Amino acid sequence: MDTIIPFEGIGASVKRKEDLRFLSGRGRYTDDINRPGQTYAWFLRSPHPHARITSIDLAAAKTMPGVIAIFTGEDMADIGGVPCGWQIHNKDGTPMSEPKHPVLAQGKVRFVGDAVALVVAETRPQARDAAEAIMVDYEVLPAAADMPQAQAAGAPAVHDDIPSNICYDWHIGDKDTTDAAFAKAKHVVKFELVNNRLIPNAMEPRAAIGDYDPTTDEHTLYTTSQNPHVIRLLMGAFVLNIPESKLRVVAPDVGGGFGSKIFHYIEEAAVTWAAARVHRPIKWTADRTESFMTDAHGRDHITQTELALDTDGKFLGLRVVTQANMGAYLSTFATSVPTYLYATLLAGCYQTPTIYAQVKAVFTNTVPVDAYRGAGRPEATFLIERLVDVAARETGIDKIEIRRKNFIRPDQFPYQTPVALEYDSGDYFSTLDMAMKASDWAGFEARRAEAARHGKLRGIGISTYLEACGIAPSAVVGALGARAGLYEVGVIRVHPTGSVTVLTGTHSHGQGHETTLAQLVSDRLGVPVANVDIVHGDTAKVPFGMGTYGSRSLAVGGSAMVKAMDKIVAKAKRIAAHLMEADVADIEFDRGTFRVAGTDKTKSLTDISLAAYVPHNYPIEEIEPGLEETAFYDPKNFTYPGGCHICEVEIEPETGAISVVNFTAVDDVGRVINPMIVEGQVQGGVAQGIGQALLEACVYDPQGQLVSGSMMDYTMPRADDLAPVSVATHTTLCTHNPLGVKGCGEVGAIGSPPAVINAVVDALRDYGVRHVEMPATPAKIWSIIHSNAPRMAAE
Amino acid sequence: MPQVTLTVNGKQHSVAVEGRTLLVELLREKLRLTGTHVGCDTSQCGACVVHINGESVKSCTTLAVMCEGAQVTTIEGLAAADGTLHPMQEAFREYHALQCGFCTPGMVLSAIDLVQKHPEGLTEREIREGLEGNLCRCTGYHNIVKAIAAAADVMHGKRDTIAAAAE
Repeated sequence: MDTIIPFEGIGASVKRKEDLRFLSGRGRYTDDINRPGQTYAWFLRSPHPHARITSIDLAAAKTMPGVIAIFTGEDMADIGGVPCGWQIHNKDGTPMSEPKHPVLAQGKVRFVGDAVALVVAETRPQARDAAEAIMVDYEVLPAAADMPQAQAAGAPAVHDDIPSNICYDWHIGDKDTTDAAFAKAKHVVKFELVNNRLIPNAMEPRAAIGDYDPTTDEHTLYTTSQNPHVIRLLMGAFVLNIPESKLRVVAPDVGGGFGSKIFHYIEEAAVTWAAARVHRPIKWTADRTESFMTDAHGRDHITQTELALDTDGKFLGLRVVTQANMGAYLSTFATSVPTYLYATLLAGCYQTPTIYAQVKAVFTNTVPVDAYRGAGRPEATFLIERLVDVAARETGIDKIEIRRKNFIRPDQFPYQTPVALEYDSGDYFSTLDMAMKASDWAGFEARRAEAARHGKLRGIGISTYLEACGIAPSAVVGALGARAGLYEVGVIRVHPTGSVTVLTGTHSHGQGHETTLAQLVSDRLGVPVANVDIVHGDTAKVPFGMGTYGSRSLAVGGSAMVKAMDKIVAKAKRIAAHLMEADVADIEFDRGTFRVAGTDKTKSLTDISLAAYVPHNYPIEEIEPGLEETAFYDPKNFTYPGGCHICEVEIEPETGAISVVNFTAVDDVGRVINPMIVEGQVQGGVAQGIGQALLEACVYDPQGQLVSGSMMDYTMPRADDLAPVSVATHTTLCTHNPLGVKGCGEVGAIGSPPAVINAVVDALRDYGVRHVEMPATPAKIWSIIHSNAPRMAAE
Repeated sequence: MPQVTLTVNGKQHSVAVEGRTLLVELLREKLRLTGTHVGCDTSQCGACVVHINGESVKSCTTLAVMCEGAQVTTIEGLAAADGTLHPMQEAFREYHALQCGFCTPGMVLSAIDLVQKHPEGLTEREIREGLEGNLCRCTGYHNIVKAIAAAADVMHGKRDTIAAAAE
């Protein structure tokens, strides 16, 4: 009997396998795990942005009910600091300043939230109560609360041995050629902008459970991580000196990351270390206040930029000077974000022949800053797409025309930019045309006039962007200072009766890997998605992996799976040849069926797997039993997604309130495996981009206190802040990975902020406004409207 | 320690709690019903929403001792005994209205209460405003809004199945 099996391979919007457990309360997040004999941790944190610790008195706290142990920095004097994963070099070739980041503060606290003591108690409230009984004497020091303060004469030094507060002063591109381009320019457009500091706020707060087994001397850490193998490597090798063979890191279901759960945090090392001292498991779960204070923040750039153009509006050169806030310590990938993930993107999708960028990374008395959805690429894109809009306006060239004039053309790929990257593919003209059509660009003036009749100011904004994902050839990143390889690992295990287990070193924290990666197997091996299990997030199960960030899971992790499946098919063909008494060269394979070419002799994948594990009739001298293959895939280049986002806003002049009324995204993410999931990723990314543009701002006061430290103070996008986003894709294939995929996780957050701000500035075009800093809050807009008489009225 | 007796998902429990114990702590730590989540400490995010006597309530701002005699429904208690999903759960899956899944239990329970309180039906705007108390960082809410509209049609008998509403 024939049964109709729905197509579940590449291109099918398969409903997600993981949803059933999440929808019925059976997800298993870190805080849902409880170990026998578990105790609870509470961290006493600094209320001061900068202070010397003169004494810590634990006497009263130690007598509190339920207290098992209290540790301070002194107890951990002989363990390592939390390391930084990427060494940047200064212009003069010297390495960056790299201060030690102790697990618990030693001598000094450097930001509000810096951990001073760890209390372990029978219950969480008991641990918290005891922490409140610890007496710490602080000598409060003046703080460097922001980058201008940190660089002012006589500024307080965040680290005593780095009096300048400069981590590095780095550059890329050719200064002389760029200066020459500016010398012959017809127009020079100058511009200053801030990329606002953001707080990631994944809905699941960070958590960690340390567990130690004295019988085997094995340490286990359950943690809210996007990359458990990286945590094992960093914590084992650099902080606690535990060999990989004795350290297991498990990252179970993780409730969103957006970058903030890439990094190795001190709490992970603290509970792992302390569990081996108290010989009981220790659970720590952040409350949201702690998340605000201690999760790595994102963005926080101040930039001066200049664009040189010729008489026709062709770009001649770009100069960029950026200050990037590192916070008080270097988080795992902090140093790479404003350099190799930012300045290398400054060509965008344009043929800018020469670029020179200088980046200064600055220490301040704030929580560390690191990658947040997009990581460097949103900062570059915001700069470029605002600058292009300002250039269009100041040269009198239409903003679409100036983009088309300068786009890299499809026939120019591979395209070498002046800032190191070589783009493999893209079609910026098509994504622009599609987005203009989908958004009815041509009909905008009528909509603007209609809005004006209702007393509203309507504006339209565009962003044509490019970004880089799937980081990156290990040898290349190694030469640039990365202290890790960036390959990925895939194991394909075909079981005797034909179901498949995939072990992947990537990690899913909302992206839907259990479905998308299963579709790759279904497409190639013909196994129903229901019979493919994706295992991730456990160093004891998965051989190795670099985790999920930078939209790399398909481009790098999926490619590793393809390579492993190639090996499976090659071996299975040899087994099939034996079973069907044919030459291996004559065996054809298509979606689960092996056929002797030109005959009706076939074997299914299950026939082969059964023979491989029950090798009664089997060429055992020539082929090992079993059907399991491992592959490591090292990417050949970054992938380069791109596209066009168009936003329309309406402003209420009386209040300054901005509504996003239309948003159109047309993205080239390479081959689409699951269109439903891609659309969801873009929707979510655009929501975060709109959040950055209109709502979200991390604010430290001039003394270094975190003012936006709760969800009542930091404006998270809510359902009624947002409007439907129209999402479409236009595909050019990545030329250097076997799936042709580019990545879709970050495009929404990268492409959208300049589209929104360009729309806001356009809506205010009669008010002489050149730029509005993010977030464009009603207060800012109201004061612009009420301090600038409309030009039209004035003229 | 005070004793509180309450019914959770149809099953009666009598639990010793501290005066300061929150309902969400009772559910997660005493009853091991970990589907209800804690996402903030200011009653903003809604990851902890459960139903108390049929009304959606933030269990992170409800003391356990206030729930004496209450009927509590959590995400674990929504599906039928045979495993058939509630139309809201089914709609969330059909419309890809969840990604990381952390806000989902609270989102589903808030949405059910919202729909039940509006038998006349809800506009897209009303659904968005009705979700004011629930934060999602992954989806951008658009698919959540679509899922709730579809589930509302089924819950109010305007369509037979979520699949029919999806068409």
